[in-house]
Parts: sequence; C-alpha cells; structure tokens
Amino acid sequence: MRQVWLWIGGAALFFLALAALAPGILAPGDPLAIHPAQSFRAPSIAHLFGTDESGRDIYIRIIHGTGASLLIGVSATAIGVGLALVFGLLAGLGPRWLDFGTTRFLEVLFAFPGLLLALLFIVVYGPGVVASTIAVGLATAPGYARIIRSRVLVVRRAPYLEAATVLGRGRWFRLWRHLLPNVAGSLFVLVTLGIGQSIVWASSLSYLGLGAVPPAAEWGAMLSAGRTYLTSFWWMTFFPGLFIMISAVATTLVGRGLQERSRHS
Amino acid sequence: MLWAVATVTFFAIRLIPGDPAEAILGGPGSQASAAALARARSDYGLDQPLFVQYLQYLGRMLRGDLGNSYALKQPVITVVGENLGGTLLLALVSLLVAAAIALGLAAWSAQGGRAASGISWVLEVVAAAVPHFWLAISLILLFSTTLGWLPPVSVPGPLGLVLPVLTLALPLSGFLAQVMRESILDAMASPFVLAAQARGESSGGVFWRHTLRHAAIPAIGLAGWAFGSLISGAVVVETIFARPGLGRSLLSAVQQRDVPLVLGVVLVVALGYMLVTTLTDLGDHLVDRRLRAQ
Amino acid sequence: MTALVSVRDLAVSFGRTSGRIAVVSGVSFDIEAGQCVAIVGESGSGKSVTARALLGLTGGSVTASQLRFDSTDIADASPRQLQRLRGRDIGFISQGALVALDPLRPVGREIADSLRLHTSLTASQREARVLELLAEVGIPNPILRASQRPDELSGGLRQRAVIASAIALRPRLLIADEPTTALDTTVQSGILDLLERLRDDGAAIVLISHDLAVVSRLASHLIVMKAGRVVESGPTESLLSDPQHPYTRSLIAAVPTGRPRFSRLTGTPAGEPAPVEAASFTQAPVTHEEVLAASGLSRRFGSLLAVDDVTFSLQRGRTLGIVGESGSGKTTLARLVLALERPDSGRVSLLGEPWTGVPESARRARRPRIGAIYQDALSSFDPRWTVGRILADALGSAAGVAELLTSVGLSPELAGRRARYLSGGQQQRVAIARAIAPRPDILVCDEPVSSLDVSVQAQVLDLLDELQRSRGLSYLFITHDLGVVRHMSDDVLVMRQGRVVESGATESVFTAPQQQYTRELIAAAPRLP
Repeated sequence: MRQVWLWIGGAALFFLALAALAPGILAPGDPLAIHPAQSFRAPSIAHLFGTDESGRDIYIRIIHGTGASLLIGVSATAIGVGLALVFGLLAGLGPRWLDFGTTRFLEVLFAFPGLLLALLFIVVYGPGVVASTIAVGLATAPGYARIIRSRVLVVRRAPYLEAATVLGRGRWFRLWRHLLPNVAGSLFVLVTLGIGQSIVWASSLSYLGLGAVPPAAEWGAMLSAGRTYLTSFWWMTFFPGLFIMISAVATTLVGRGLQERSRHS
Repeated sequence: MLWAVATVTFFAIRLIPGDPAEAILGGPGSQASAAALARARSDYGLDQPLFVQYLQYLGRMLRGDLGNSYALKQPVITVVGENLGGTLLLALVSLLVAAAIALGLAAWSAQGGRAASGISWVLEVVAAAVPHFWLAISLILLFSTTLGWLPPVSVPGPLGLVLPVLTLALPLSGFLAQVMRESILDAMASPFVLAAQARGESSGGVFWRHTLRHAAIPAIGLAGWAFGSLISGAVVVETIFARPGLGRSLLSAVQQRDVPLVLGVVLVVALGYMLVTTLTDLGDHLVDRRLRAQ
Repeated sequence: MTALVSVRDLAVSFGRTSGRIAVVSGVSFDIEAGQCVAIVGESGSGKSVTARALLGLTGGSVTASQLRFDSTDIADASPRQLQRLRGRDIGFISQGALVALDPLRPVGREIADSLRLHTSLTASQREARVLELLAEVGIPNPILRASQRPDELSGGLRQRAVIASAIALRPRLLIADEPTTALDTTVQSGILDLLERLRDDGAAIVLISHDLAVVSRLASHLIVMKAGRVVESGPTESLLSDPQHPYTRSLIAAVPTGRPRFSRLTGTPAGEPAPVEAASFTQAPVTHEEVLAASGLSRRFGSLLAVDDVTFSLQRGRTLGIVGESGSGKTTLARLVLALERPDSGRVSLLGEPWTGVPESARRARRPRIGAIYQDALSSFDPRWTVGRILADALGSAAGVAELLTSVGLSPELAGRRARYLSGGQQQRVAIARAIAPRPDILVCDEPVSSLDVSVQAQVLDLLDELQRSRGLSYLFITHDLGVVRHMSDDVLVMRQGRVVESGATESVFTAPQQQYTRELIAAAPRLP
C-alpha cells in the first residue's frame, strides 16, 4: 500500500521538476508583469490562484518560482550533507582522538536548535537568499553528521569487512568497495528527506523576512509579501505555502517509500 | 559544555564583517561620529585585545551579565527574563499536548485500531512537511476567519493559547508518534510480549506493563531535540500570533542585528537544552534500569 | 479416560482472505494428563503455530473440528475465557530463552504477574511465592535474582525464571517451545532435568523442538511435522527404532552424533558415485605435514583471559575440532589464527612460516592460503553485492563463478541473486564457495552449522567432507556441538575458560575422557537412544 504513496510522491516530484526546468509550458506569462488595475483578485478561472497587491498572477509566479525555491532546498541540503560527510567520515574513520573531538564539537552544536543556528549565521552575515541557504545548510549539518558517523561505525564493524580482510583485501579496497558504497546507500534516503526539510526551513526564514526578498518569484518571498494581507487576502500566502508543502510532502513520501523498500528487501 | 557553547558564540560574533562599534550605534547607515564610535568601543570593551575581551566575556557570563541590548538599551538578562515565561509556558503546554496525542495514538494503534495508524501516518507527514507558519495560517483561516471560534492573535488567557499550542504540538506529535510506533511494533513482536499474553495478560495489560515503556525510551531520548524544535517553532509562532516571548524578541534582535540580545537568547536556549538533556538522562535511568548498572 | 487435550483436523492460516497461506493443516493429536508429547520438525514445519493454537495465540485464523482443553473449547472460547485459561491452566515456556523476559522489568515482577492475574494474593504474598518458585526451579540466591533484570542473569538462569513464571499456578499443561535452543550443553541438560521433574509431578508437557535427541529423552510420544502436516506420529521408542516415513528416516539419519567420520548424513543423490565405505575412511590419512601450528597463544581483554596458553598443530587433509561452551574462548582463538586479532603472547605459523608477529602487508599475499566460514554467513556478505560478484571478487575473475557454484551444489543461476534472498543453507554454501575460491590449504570453520536445521546441517557437513577429500583441505572446526565435532574431526581440543582442558585423537577423547569436565560435557550431550 505504501508503495502507492511512493509513486504519488514521485509523480509530484516530476511535476515540480518540470515546473522548475520549463515553467513556460505549465504557466505561460511573465511572473513579474504588473497590472495595478487587477490587484487582489480572488482565485478565478482567469487567475487560478488570484493576484497579489500589484496585480501579478500568483499561479504564474509560483510556477516560475519553483526553480529558485527548489534550488535553495537542494543547495542547502548539499551544503549540509557535504559538511556532514566531512565531519561524519572524520569521526567515523579517523583516530580515536579525532572522533572524540568531532563528536564533542557536534554535541556543542546540538545545543543550538536548528533555526537558532541559522539565525545566528544570519546575524553574522546579514539576510539574503545566499545567506539563508548557507544558514539552513549549516543548521542541518550536525544532524546529518551524527547519522553518517553512526552509520560509518556500524559498517566499519560489519562482518563482511572482516571477511574481506580474510580474503587478503587491503585497507583501501575495503574503504572504497565496501565501506563508502554502503554508507552512501543510506545517504540517498537521507538526502531525499532532507531536501523537503530544507525547503521548509528556507521558506520559514523567507517568511520571517530573512531570506529571499520580494518581488522575486520565490515561494518564501511571496509568503513574506502576503503576510501583511493575511486575513483579508488569504490566497497570497495560502498557495505559495501549499506548494512548499507539496514539495516537502513529495520528497518525504519518496524518501519514506525508499526507506521502507530497503528495509523490507 | 556551557563554556564550549559560550566560546563558539563569542568567536562566531568575531566573524561579523565591519566594525561592531558601528553596529552598536545603529549600523553603517547611522553616520556615527568618530567620537561616538570611540566611546562605544570603550563602553563595550572593544578596544581591548581579543584574548582580554574573551576573558572579560567569560567573566561577565559567570556573573550572569549578558551585556546590554544595542537596540533596546536594556540589560539582556532583563529582556530575556521578561520574555522567558511566555515562551516556556507555550513550549511546555505544547509538549504535553503533543505527548498526549502521540501516546493516545500509540495506545490506540497498539490495540489494533486501523484508523489510529492512519491518523498517525498523516501526522507524521505533516510533521515532516508542513512549515509551522503555514499550519498557523491555515488554523487561523479555519478557526478565526471562517468559523470565528478563536482569536487570530494571541490574547491573554487560555483561549489565546489554543492555536499557538496546536501549531506547535501537531507536528511534534507526528514525530513522537512515529518514533513510538516503531518501537511499539518492535516490542509487540518480541517473545516477552507473547510470554505475557500466554500468562493471561489482556491486551491493555500488555500495553501498559510492557510495550509502553519500550516506546517511551526513544521518545524520552528525543526530548532535547523536541525542546529545540519547540523553541525554533516559537520564533515563528510568536511572530504570527503576536505573542510576546523569547522567540519574537530573538527575531526582532536578528532583524536589527542586535548582537548581544541574539547571543543572550541563544545562550539561554542552549542552557535550557542542556538542562533538558540532563533531565532526559535521569528519566532514561528511571525507565531503563539497565543503564544504572553501567 | 478422556484426554486432557484433544485436537482434530487443526488448520491455521495467515493473510487476508485473498492469498491466504495455510501454515498448518489436518493436524490431530491427544495428550493425556502427565504425558509428555513432543512435536518435532524443522523451521517452517508449523510446530510452534500448532502449539500456540492451544493458547489461542497464533495470530492467524484457526479452524478445527475439535480443539479442546479439558472441558473448554478453545476454538470458540471468548478472549476473557482464554485469558483465564492462559497461565492458570496452560503454562507457556516460549521460544528464545534469552528474550522471553521483558528486559526492562525485574525478573521477580514478571513471575509475580502470573500470580497477580490469576490469584487474589496480596503483593507481599506474591513476593514470598516468587521466591519459593525461584528456589524450586533451581535458581540460587532467589532474593537477589528476583530484583535483577534479565540481562544480569545467565542464559540458563533466565530460562529457569521463564519456567518459574510458567509453573507459578501449577498448570495442568505446559507448552515448551524450543526450551533449550541456544543454551550450552550442560545448561540444556539441567533444564531438561527440571522439565522431567515437572512431568513426573504430573504436568502434561508439549515439547516443541527441532532436535530429536533432546525430545527423545523426555517424550513418550512423538509427532513429526513437515510443511504444516503431520508426517508420522507414535510412541517415541518405536518411532525412533522403526521409522516408517522417509522424512522421519532422513531426520534420524541427519543427526551426526555417533556417526563415523566421513559417513554420509544425507541420502546419496542420484547420479553420484556410491559413498565411500564408512569403515575404510573413519580416519583421514596421517601425512605429518603440518599446515598450521599455534604455540602458547594468549589473548587478554581487560581482566578477562579469553585465550590462555593454547598450543595445537594441524596436519594437511585433517580436521582439528575445537569444542567448548560459550565463553570458552574458541571464537577468539579462531580470530587469532586468522590474524584478525593480535596475540599477547605466543605464535601462529602457517605452512611452516611465521603468520603472527609480521605486518599485515607481509601477510596479505599469503592470506589466500587460509579461508574462513562463519555461523552467520549472510552478515559476512556485502549487502550490496550479488552472489556472482561476491564469488568473482574472491576468484579474481568472473570466469569460474558458475563452476564454483556447481562445486558447492548450487545452481549457477543463483549468481544474479542477492544472498539475503537465499535460504540459510544456500547462504552457507555460498560462504563455502567464497572461502574455497582462492584454493586455500586451510579453512577455519566457526560454528558453520549452528543456526541451520538438522537436515540442512547434514547437507553442509557432507559438503565439507566431500571438499576435504577432493581438495585435500585442512579444517579447524569450531563448534559447541559434541555430536558435530565427533563426526567431523580427527583430533579434538576441549576448551574451557580460555584453556585447553583436554586434547587428543577424537575417538579416544570421546570414548575415554581423562578430565572431569570432558566427562560432564559428554554426559550432558543429548543423544538418540
């Protein structure tokens, strides 16, 4: 039954990828075109998701913003997982003192809840798209690093590595042929789940006015702009939020589906 | 540990590009005079060598002096103190509600309730995929704008707490339910559960006497993390519902680049995290006496 | 006299209405009060499910024309009726002695639960009764033990505690599901003594086991099951001495205890040459070519002396058996021999050259001379690799994979599969194939058949025999099973707490043991009458 959800998630991801790569196909039009006369229109056939304060079509803006929004999520995950790989592998494979040092450092970072770590970074480097992307990456890195480290430790003690030693395989063979592929395998699910999380986090920062800024057609920025009109023109915040949610749900479903599949096989 | 946290934050702040004295006086746009800058530097000890500043910083920390807010011109500790209560109340109530929901779902699905596992699955996805602000907006639209049952902004009293608490508790309960469900399934498949049933234990007895403890262990282990996520969530929720609290002060401090206040709040939160993890360890030892022997 | 338990045409199936899988069908038997009936079968035979049907705890759907305990119809009983029956009239000693107690609760509390559920005793009365019960099942120092958690107790004590909980209300029927599996030989013997006493006190016992030797000691009546059906049943003595069904015969033949060296444990497969006459091959030829030698090997972990001054020598084409209970240091010894662990003192030499005390880089070129197979074959394979890739990696090329698979009795088609989709026996065959791929002189076998069913165990042992003869392999064969070690080895080393207690030619050690411990071990080993 859960496999059905995997496919639904996959289909949603495909749709989002299409919107990101070729937004013109799904929503022909200019996301930045201003029509002051048509401001604050409620959703209708002409404007599926309504219009904003400058009369821009929200549907077109959302579709055209997909690329930027997904890019933020993907880059933040890449930064987070990349950093985590360095720390996780150092801790998992290095000498004991290095593991000790890295683990303590990660523990210190854990004392800062994710969003606070991101906010700290933004205080230092100022708000903006790039800063919020890096901030989200940094904030998620300690969690990934801990998972990677424990995975490395599990694989390192696995009997098949010992069996490879008995067959006369050297250190590098075991590292490249056995250990890294097996660690990377579990990383794939982690990354899928992480992209959705990163999109959610980055949009939260944008919503708080610390990420991308209007008039950019980025979901978080659109939300931030609509915040002022929350109670009167709900569609300005509802639909960008819906898309953030759809992308996060899609990656979650795919990630979970893959997780269960690998668990059952 | 607290020392390490303080050190990390101290050096993080040194990474700020530009002149901290300028930031104190309102940022590069403030056109502060050279004399004002010099006074700010000596006021905040910025003219001392880095190492001396570091020691002074640690010394002040030990005395509980977190410095003065640049923007509010008040001691940080006062600002934190004024706002701590509201956030703690919000976080605590949310945690209790989330735990109650998760526990209820766990008990229900352990008894074979199919609907329960469906609900917890939906909550799990919500937990992973729905941003706090979107949940808050949806709840406001539903309960305030459409139904008119509850106030859209936080008013004093229990009624104003309902929507903020729901916003924080629903995703958290999803995470907790997920973790508990997996360990419940593991426990239910264990031979000791079969042994208990074979002893004549009812399914309720099996749940309360055996599976619940096994489910509680990983959930308790998550408490530190849950605290962090509640505080993160509080930043958003307090902003949307215009509730006074630590999260909202933090956000405005970040927006104004009020470094001492940001540092102060972050340090207090880190301290809270450490308190919670210490308590968690104690709780773990109560539930799982195996740890005591070690 | 009416039977205490009467079962007719029992059928149990799992799954939803579509794609229902029958696990047990057409099973009928009776149990008289005070009688011990054993249900014997291999994994998947449905023996545990059959026993659980008596408790109404199969988790599947049960049908039977009769399923009666005393005057209660179990098939139609309400959940409350069943709850009253369980624990009070029917005691259950569950499978997996080591995990049948809740790890988070004190042992005494688990036992007191039975009393709490079925009696009106007060808490302090229950406590007193628990201590009596613990003493009754032979647990020393009951006051201490009752307050401890299962992981603080040894396997034997835990199983005794499980039994105490099952007999707390003197049930008229005890169901014991593999009560001695995973326990050491001497501990197993003690548990069987205890069950024997309970039977003599008047309890009816249903004993479930894969081990004919274990059940033959206790049961007056045997039921042999295969694939959910009863293939044969009858009084123990006549069934063992004169089995009618071919499956029963193969089960009895597969028990290695008392079978001469190199005699086949499985029937001759069609198209193969007749087995070598047992008599002419009871010993491997003595060549006096030493392939592996250890002298004064010791290894300490903290305060534990895991291996203490062990010396042995292995000749080409022969098997040295190492037998011992858990904690005897036999696995550490294997790791020292494979140079996975560095000895604190002592030396190992391989084919006359030093093997320990040299850097790993110097060893690597000689690693192909010595291979290893383990108890858990599956975990010794990289989960991402197919069988073909595992073997090609060991061979150094993909060319010989099909031939290698054939030589261990597997179809070459399995090369494309992943090991986790194979059966336990197939997995061990793949492990053997990988180990012999580099054409080693020596194979270290660490409990290679311990987690296999007896018929599969017989096949794997036969395969190892064949390979030894065709390839001139020398084996270092480590096991806790005296029957297996006697069947497989030319010489034997009995280990206890890291030390060699006794060593010598297998037959002389088994027929005329010199040491007290060896004698106890041999006496405790279950055997067919």
